[in-house]
Amino acid sequence: MHAHAFDQYQAQNSRIHRLDPRVKLLIAVGYILSNALLPDGSWAAFALAWLALLVATDLSQLGLAFTLKRSVVALPFALVAVSAIFSPVGEPLAEWDLGFVTLAPTDVGVIRFFSILVRSWLSVQMAILLVATTQFPDLIHAFEHLRVPRSLTTIIAFLYRYLFVLVDEVYRMLRARDARSAGLPGQKHGGKLLWRVKVTGSMAGQLFLRSYERSERIYNAMVSRGYTGHFRTLNPHDLNRRDWQVLILALVLIAMIQVTGRL
Amino acid sequence: MNFSPAPLHIPDGFLNLVISLVFWAATIIMVGLAVSKTNKTLGDKQIPLMGVMAAFIFAAQMLNFPVAGGTSGHFLGGALAAIVLGPWAGILVMTAVVTVQALLFQDGGLLVMGANIFNMGILTAVIGFGLYRMVAGQKRGLRLAVAGIAAWLATMAAALLTALQLWLSGTTRLEIVVPAMLGVHALIGIGEALITVAAIAFIEQTRPDLLTEEKSTSGGGRGWVVAGLVVTILAVLISPLASANPDGLERVAEDIGFLDTGQDAPFQILPDYTIPVLGETGLSTIVAGVVGALVVFGLLILVGRNLRRKSPTD
Repeated sequence: MHAHAFDQYQAQNSRIHRLDPRVKLLIAVGYILSNALLPDGSWAAFALAWLALLVATDLSQLGLAFTLKRSVVALPFALVAVSAIFSPVGEPLAEWDLGFVTLAPTDVGVIRFFSILVRSWLSVQMAILLVATTQFPDLIHAFEHLRVPRSLTTIIAFLYRYLFVLVDEVYRMLRARDARSAGLPGQKHGGKLLWRVKVTGSMAGQLFLRSYERSERIYNAMVSRGYTGHFRTLNPHDLNRRDWQVLILALVLIAMIQVTGRL
Repeated sequence: MNFSPAPLHIPDGFLNLVISLVFWAATIIMVGLAVSKTNKTLGDKQIPLMGVMAAFIFAAQMLNFPVAGGTSGHFLGGALAAIVLGPWAGILVMTAVVTVQALLFQDGGLLVMGANIFNMGILTAVIGFGLYRMVAGQKRGLRLAVAGIAAWLATMAAALLTALQLWLSGTTRLEIVVPAMLGVHALIGIGEALITVAAIAFIEQTRPDLLTEEKSTSGGGRGWVVAGLVVTILAVLISPLASANPDGLERVAEDIGFLDTGQDAPFQILPDYTIPVLGETGLSTIVAGVVGALVVFGLLILVGRNLRRKSPTD
């Protein structure tokens, strides 16, 4: 019912979509790793990395602004890095006396702050592109090929499968709570804070029990249908020549970005 | 639906490579232990249970209650998962939750996922289960109170560790990030504690068979109590030091050689680890990271062995 609110996959038949999920995962992680390795203030390398991202987004036929639009999710966290501006090393650029404390932004600090922001922004966009062009079950399958323990990948697969079911359950519970604690708009309604907490806690407990009992039913149903402890996929995953070519090309590109950052 | 990123999910770019790799190593060890532990004791049947429980934690994070002035209390769930399912299963469940949050919602990064899993899944399980295990079989009131305190402390410890990771990465100033993170999470933690207590009380009333003494004690041995207490005491000791006297902690870090305040952030926690042949290149950073990771690997294997020996279930 709410599946579309969660699933980030954008169906297309582009070159990027057709790549092997393992290749996409490796390239995405390599790209993020490369961003983390670039020194502060290597703007040319950051620009090159952004260009590479834009090319990949273009190839995926999702529209150039696609990842850009969704990249705001990580923005609130930027607040954390603001204090890096007032780094103790470097030349002070100004001095602001706030009464109780004097703040002095430094050149090193400002460069550091913007570098952190750019790194994070590029990395988030790459992750968005990865999940937008790869179906989640394929992604899990890629994890399995990359030696993530099978029990863990199976748990993640179950989480993904039942997330929508349980979220619907939550929506039903929230609707029931709202229906039972109706009130006139603008007027105080519902009990005291402690009562609200108790209601919410009982809902969490109720949800837990329903999930627990559901998992027992699921397991029994699966065993009776021949579940042997792991999932199978209908999508064959074989690395063909094109996958290797793209992987090598991407690695060369990442190496070039690194070299640019250190010139 | 609106899904707001919680301040504990660190995005990529905010931690440096060494810190990211060190916490990846720690997380891989703990999750690997958890996988082998749960495989041994729980078997096939437990996989669907843990998967659905992970979906439960995810969905339960959407439950909120209005507090005041437009803000609302939220639920993180790490301590509850560890208390109800046992620590190893709790770690696996939270690992799955954090992974899917990062992959589906970009709530938390990929390279820093190790740190995020460690903060929100492993640390909360150690504190949540360790403290609750201490009072397993005691009176109901005492158990619920301890569960609440454990949930609050787990939230605070996760916030503290996140703050320290950000500081060690050179992303932020210690004297700003620690009080800010602890201040915000002191409130979030109260909501967490109250919901955890209410949820456990409800489960005990409805399905008392799920929370018996044998169930809680068979989930993990006495080693968890020790680990939980040690981590809690560490967190309690570091927080006031870090928030009231940040210069003190920075001084300590500098004296030990932890902190090389300045631009070459990747070398901060291993400043003496310079490889003359490699110089200050990316390769040298990776090697430094791998060395740091190996050290943590070794330590954790020792701890893990110890835990296993002490646990009476083996």
